[in-house]
Formats: sequence, structure tokens, C-alpha cells
Amino acid sequence: MTKTLVFFLTVALIAAPAAAQDLGAPIGEDQPVESVAVEGDDADGPLRGTVTDESAWSDIGIAIPAFATDRERATPANANGTGALGREIARVITANLRNNGLFKPVGPDSLPQPAFAQITAPAYGTWSGRGAEMLVHGYVRARDDGRLVVGCYLYDVALQDELVREGWVVGPADWRRAAHKCSDLIFSRLTGESPFFDSRIAYIAETGPKDRRVKRLAVMDSDGANHRFLTLGSATALTPRYSPDYSKILYLSYVDGNPRIYVYDIGTGKQTLVTENRNPTLAPRWSPDGKSILYSMAVAGNTDIYRVPVTGGQSVRLTNTPGIDVGGSFSPDGRQIVFESDRSGSQQCYVMDADGSNQRRISFFGGRCATPEWSPRGDQIAFTRIAGDFNVAVMSPSGGGMRVLTRGWQDEAPTWAPNGRIIQFFRTERNTGRSGIWQVDLTGQNERRLPTPVDASDPAWGPIRP
Amino acid sequence: MNTRLATILLLASATTLAACAKKAPEQLPPPPAETTQPYDPGPQVQPTGPGVGTQAHFAAAVGSSTTIFFDTDRYNIDSQDAAALQAQAQYFARYPQVTFTIEGHADERGTREYNIALGERRATAAKNFLVSLGVDPARIAVVSYGKERPVALGSDEASWAQNRRAASVIIN
Repeated sequence: MTKTLVFFLTVALIAAPAAAQDLGAPIGEDQPVESVAVEGDDADGPLRGTVTDESAWSDIGIAIPAFATDRERATPANANGTGALGREIARVITANLRNNGLFKPVGPDSLPQPAFAQITAPAYGTWSGRGAEMLVHGYVRARDDGRLVVGCYLYDVALQDELVREGWVVGPADWRRAAHKCSDLIFSRLTGESPFFDSRIAYIAETGPKDRRVKRLAVMDSDGANHRFLTLGSATALTPRYSPDYSKILYLSYVDGNPRIYVYDIGTGKQTLVTENRNPTLAPRWSPDGKSILYSMAVAGNTDIYRVPVTGGQSVRLTNTPGIDVGGSFSPDGRQIVFESDRSGSQQCYVMDADGSNQRRISFFGGRCATPEWSPRGDQIAFTRIAGDFNVAVMSPSGGGMRVLTRGWQDEAPTWAPNGRIIQFFRTERNTGRSGIWQVDLTGQNERRLPTPVDASDPAWGPIRP
Repeated sequence: MNTRLATILLLASATTLAACAKKAPEQLPPPPAETTQPYDPGPQVQPTGPGVGTQAHFAAAVGSSTTIFFDTDRYNIDSQDAAALQAQAQYFARYPQVTFTIEGHADERGTREYNIALGERRATAAKNFLVSLGVDPARIAVVSYGKERPVALGSDEASWAQNRRAASVIIN
């Protein structure tokens, strides 16, 4: 019986026929973005090392005029052609930096438009009187095959030298990704931090009255653009997670009447059960290498955490205590898992090795610890801190240095930006139950709401797109 | 009324004919019955309310005992819950053909995934108690909705107390 079961599971994860009733049309797989070398003035080589300005990088003025085009051409990316597209790209970059409280960006609508030749040889005289220490230039060229070549350049105005340059070839539908790649290039070069703009977010879109919420699985870019619904809403969808390669989404659905977790394949728009087990299953998670799935299963009142290969096969039970053990977030090296458990009498956070051994509690401050998430940088764990109200907090992986970052009534379920420096969470409004996705950075600053078409909850931030 | 009877018999014979499409029936269908008076149903024999196997019949029998309630983060059966479950058990003993689901719920003042587990715990506690009172566990399904299906919509203690519940819901 076990052998048959293992074979059954190994052959394919099971397509549940009823599940097809709630799935919308597939949205198609990610197309790759090709990085290309772009021409520049290499006489001295690009500037390495620190920027010239002595002030903190958050005070740096940065001018982002419209990207130039070598030749006005029609493009599916913009109804008014490549010139107009160049302006839009600059707007996306400006919004990225401004919305995240980064530097002091001035966008294309307040700046003169550089000519194509100036992109690689800026007219520094034009820019030096404007209080911008840094200057972004770029170009967009439409190829005969319809794909776009986007070049991105960062210059130090005072030193009159190039800091960094890069280029990308994208399909016209992916033009925003080039703007995000350029934003990431600028951000990383000036702060030394890892990038985060070119990423997607999976989340739950909510509508309807508080006792009959309609909850749909949805995805969007990190700035809220390119929004798509993946389920129709006839069944409640909860707690999604993007796979590390962006090809799949794990999530919980009540489509067969019970809480069950599915792997949704983005390319095909179809989904399969993670496990055939009929006990309630919840809280699905990916391992950093995308090869394993963690899930929690409730058996006769007791919930524990299990691990199963993504290709199917035997589940391994990781926790085995008479309490509710739920969730789990891997350290970026895949060696440890932080999870929540009420085995001590209230929800607290624990760390264990990836095989379930060495389980130890790490949260010892007042209040409860829930929904822990390990930072992609490995240096912090974000969690929901419950002490009367629910707030987003962070601590070191050993449980020290706890800092509360938000002050809402019910802020819940933090998720990390790919660079481990910004946290998204959802905030629920008292009484109405309305919810939205919010963002705050690790210093507790720049708290702001992410625009979504309707109410939103359960955000899950994916990694940097390749 | 005899038209109706005639129609029924006609349909019945048509079905019979359809079933034996390839050969003629061995005997002709009987002629419609002759009646000379209008159909009289006799004295009113109404069922007392909704029938067995419906939630309404269950609720009419046990009242508010269809649902039991819990304190914050708790899942124990207190004396009030025990009395309600006694009433449920008696009902299920009287109607052994009835199967039902126990839905476990939590209030909004908890994190989403933990609350699904807590709802399952509450529903299981109710189920275990009913089983200890003699109800066959095969008749009882359990589902947790966590905090997804509140009945009381405020963000106050009174609303939350109504939402921390395990509700028995008839399946057939």
C-alpha cells in the first residue's frame, strides 16, 4: 500500500478535477531579460569606490530625465512610440526611488530632454546648476524583431564621470522590467545594497462584506503594476508563496470544501495537490533551492510541520509536539527553519535544523511571536509581534535586538524584499475588516501603502527576477 | 386530477416503451383509472416543521445548542458546552441516519494560519466529546475556517466571543 502510494505520488502530483473550477486563464511564464554590454566612455573606466558627496546617501539629489531614442519607432510598449516610452521609463525609475524614500529624485517631467548622443556624453553644464549630485541617462532602441534595447547610465555630476552602466534586451511587454533593472543598478551602486525593484508579489485580493469575503489569488510587480488575478473567487484562496524561480505559486484553497494546499503552475495555469492526505493542510512554504515544500497538517487537534520533495514522494514529519506548530521559514542557506509553536502555552518563535532536530525557542520578550520570516540576507527574522495590538517586528536569528517597526491595530504576516531591507505586511482596519498591503523599511521609516485594485492581504514578495 | 393520473400513467408507459425500444410490449399499458369524484387528500397531515436531515430540523430540536463557544486561545469544553453537546448527542442518537460537519472558527484577533489550526482544534474537541457520548465518529466530519467566516462583525469582545465557536452543521 505504501509502495503504491509512493509510486502514485512520485509519478505526478495529483490534479484535482474540482480545482479547475476556480482557476482563471493562465497568465504565461516569465520571459527572460537579457543583459547586454552597452557602449560608454571607457577612457578612465567607470568610477569605483565611494561617491564624492559627503552627505548621507539618502540626501543625494538625482536627476532622471527622459530616456532618449536613436530613432522614433512604433512599439507595442507605448502607443506613442519609443520617444514616449523613454519618458515612461524615466517616470517608473523616479517613482521607484521616491516611493521608497531613496535619494531625492527629480523626474523627467521637470527636466530637459537629453539628445541621444548625450546619453553617453552628458552635457554636464546643463546639470550642474540643478542641485543634482547624480545624473541618470538612458536610451531605448526598438530592434527590427520588436524587442527593445534599454541602456542605463549613472553619472557623478561633480566629477563628470560615469559610475556604472548596463543594458538589457526585453520584449515590449516587459519594458517596465528594464526600468526596474535600471532602478536596481542605481540603487545598488549608490548604497552598496542588493537590488529589489525587479521582483513580483503574490497576494490575496479581497472584496465583499466581512462575513462573506471573496478572496482571490493575484500577482503584481513590486510597484503594483502588471496586476493579474489567478483565481476566480468561487473558493477562498489564502497565504500564497512564489517559488524561488517564479514558475509556481504555493497556496491554500478551499475549492474542495476543506483547507488544502496546491502548487499552481504559472506557465500552464493548472494546479496540483501538494499531498493527497485528507487532513487539513495549511501554511505552505518553499525551501530556498525550490526543491522542498514545508506544510503544516492538523491531525485530530494537533498541527505539525512536514517536509515533502516538490516532485512528490514521502513527507517527513519535522515537529511532533502536542501543540500547534505552524509555518516555517528557511534561513537563506537552507540549513535552519524558524517556525511558530504554542507548545509553551502561547504562540512563540522557534528555530530548528532543516531536518527537524535541535528545536529551541528564540522569542523571550513580552507578548507573542507569530509568522516568523527569515530575511534573505540571513541577518534578521521578521515576525508578527502580538502584545495587545499586532505589529511587525524584527529580531536577530538568536532572538536578540527585538525592534517593533509598525504601530497599527492589526499589522500581520511580514514578507521580505529580496534584499532584506524592506518588509511588506498587511494591515487590517478595526471593525470594517478592510485590509491593505503596506511597506516599511528596516529602520522603521517610509511606511506606506502599496496600491492594489481592491483590498489586499497575505503578501509574499518573490526574489529578484533573473 | 384524473388528467394528472392519466399523464403519470402515460409517462410511465412511455418510459416502459422507451426501455424496450426494439420490441412491442407484451401487454398494453392499463387504461387510466376512472374516478368520479375530485381528489380528496383527507384530513391535513402536515409534517411538524422541516424534515429530518435538514439544519432547520436540527436547530428546531436543540435550539442554540447547535453551536458551542470558547474563550480566547482556548479549545476546552466547559460546562455550558458540555450541556449543548449533550443535547446534540441526544438528537443524533434519535436520528442515527444523520451525518454532520463540525465547523471550527476563531476570532479575527489571531494570525491567519494559527487560527486555521485553532479552529481545527476546537472542532476536534467538540467531535471528541460527542464521540465520548456515543456518537459514531464516522458520522462526523471536521472543517476549520480559521478567522475567515465570522458571524459577528464588530471588533470588540462581544463580537469576538460569538466568533470563537464550533458549529455543528447537518450534511444530509
